[in-house]
Amino acid sequence: MNKLNSLLRPIIFVMTLAAVVAAPAHAAPKKSFKVAWSIYVGWMPWGYAADTGIVKKWADKYGLTIEVKQFNDYVESVNQYTAGAFDAVTITNMDALSIPAAGGVDTTAVVTGDFSNGNDAVILKNSADLAAIKGQKINLVEFSVSHYLLARALESTHLAEKDIKVVNTSDADLAAAYKTPDVTAVVTWNPIVSEILGSPDAKKVFDSSQIPGEIMDLMVVNTAVLKDNPDFGKALVGIWYETIAKMNAAGVEGKAAKEAMAKASGTDLAGFDSQLASTKLFDKAADAEAFTKSAAVGTTMDRVRKFLFDKALLGKDAKSADAVGIELGDKQVIGDKDNVKLRFDASFMDAAAKGKL
Amino acid sequence: MRLMNIKPNRQARFYLAALPFILLAIAYLVGSGMRLAENPNDKLLPALPTMAQAVKHMAFEIDPRTGTDLMLSDTIASLGRLISALAISTSAALLFGIVIGLLPGANAMLSSFVGVMSMVPPLALLPILFIVMGLGENSKIALIVIGTLPCMIRDLSMKVLELPREQLIKAQTLGASTWQVALRVVLPQIAPRLIDALRLQIGPAWLFVIAAEAIASDSGLGYRIFLVRRYLAMDVIIPYVFWITLLAFLMDAALNLLQRKMFPWFASVRAG
Repeated sequence: MNKLNSLLRPIIFVMTLAAVVAAPAHAAPKKSFKVAWSIYVGWMPWGYAADTGIVKKWADKYGLTIEVKQFNDYVESVNQYTAGAFDAVTITNMDALSIPAAGGVDTTAVVTGDFSNGNDAVILKNSADLAAIKGQKINLVEFSVSHYLLARALESTHLAEKDIKVVNTSDADLAAAYKTPDVTAVVTWNPIVSEILGSPDAKKVFDSSQIPGEIMDLMVVNTAVLKDNPDFGKALVGIWYETIAKMNAAGVEGKAAKEAMAKASGTDLAGFDSQLASTKLFDKAADAEAFTKSAAVGTTMDRVRKFLFDKALLGKDAKSADAVGIELGDKQVIGDKDNVKLRFDASFMDAAAKGKL
Repeated sequence: MRLMNIKPNRQARFYLAALPFILLAIAYLVGSGMRLAENPNDKLLPALPTMAQAVKHMAFEIDPRTGTDLMLSDTIASLGRLISALAISTSAALLFGIVIGLLPGANAMLSSFVGVMSMVPPLALLPILFIVMGLGENSKIALIVIGTLPCMIRDLSMKVLELPREQLIKAQTLGASTWQVALRVVLPQIAPRLIDALRLQIGPAWLFVIAAEAIASDSGLGYRIFLVRRYLAMDVIIPYVFWITLLAFLMDAALNLLQRKMFPWFASVRAG
């Protein structure tokens, strides 16, 4: 046994060492940052910015290195951010609250890029009347913005979730699922929505343009990282608004940018334009700033947190929707003031609007 | 003394077997402790009491939203799918394995087909499966069958081909027909090997049941794992993975026991 013991000791040592190395290293003055994004109409500019050197230009300006990584799987990109592997991620307002913020990762939204203005939709087979949804099985990605949209749709027609049955279905398979006879109702987002609406029997009965501004697409940064490195936040807004300007430029340049983004998202210019049409993209930093500071965001986040609490997504220990504090664009806090984990910070967009980057 | 001749005694054997598990647990606890020291709300590697609390919620309390015991209903749903699919795979593998192994005509026709089929990644064909079988239980069971059956058929038909030719010839000189050879010579010797083939497919079968449930479902262990993955609830996922591993381990042990009870002669065949 002695022989075994002497064998054991170095093994335990090595394993412990491995665990120590694997644990997140504490941030000394950071110079290199990692940004995760996933394919979605409102986030395509990030990929374009990385490909065309806009990211490098702004990173160089502040003496930083910024790595922009595309994820095929949105949830995985958010999980990687929450686990600390990335400093920033593209995310919706609802997921920012339910995943990183509820997971204790203090998160700050520096860019309010757009809100869904029809990109998310409730689709019924063979019925154009939302009330017909009662008693149906609904295929959607459970606990996603689709689920929230469904809750809002049901509310609008005085139904509740107990009146329907939700079947969790992967977004990658929803388009194929719709073609099977036992699927009669789906809630999803673009480009899947336009794919499904291609079927003659598919009828859109509710979409996000009926709840404008409630599904926002953000770029969020880990608050601790941002506090220590405000230049990272400035670089991100710099990248964003330069890319948006390029995309909206008249003539050949704007068309080429959009064409590149369309291609990267697996569609063509016409398809991309139709998705952009149902997205309220803030062209100007000043507009995004004004929206972020408006009272509407507070009302929306209050709805969202109540929805999440109802679904037990604010953490199992959450006693009420107040459990996770949210700091709004005007510095007002809703929920627990001692546990603020999600912040809307318009100051970076303000700097961009005023040309102070 | 040569290393290959150092044999651990009973006690040492026990400790050696426990060692990798203990090391894994230590690595987990150290990693989890460090992450939690940094952020007490970290969800990636939750502490043991957090997981115990989650298990209590999932397994020992009725969920107020659905009015059921979640872990129990998930387990019943997944086991139902797994067992029905494996029952189909096992019986079909027995039939086709014997036919392909014993009949040269069937072998010529099917063995390369089955060989090619066993290389097809079934998950890539899911959309077709959905359209043909619908989104319900059938497509999930079909996915597991497609994933496990070709390998089992290949395995069994090769085992039939490995049977000593002399036996088959002898049975024929004693007047046995093809049917009788299949039933009296091949089947009894193949039956314990069928259990071996099944044991090897338990792992892949779990993989496919979880994949199927991740895609479209409203119950099941895989459904729950992929649902709570949306908000990184590793405190639920890790106990679920532990539970799946335990179930798979128990199934494997039960089949091993069954094999020893039903075919006591087989151990000596395998050793020889």
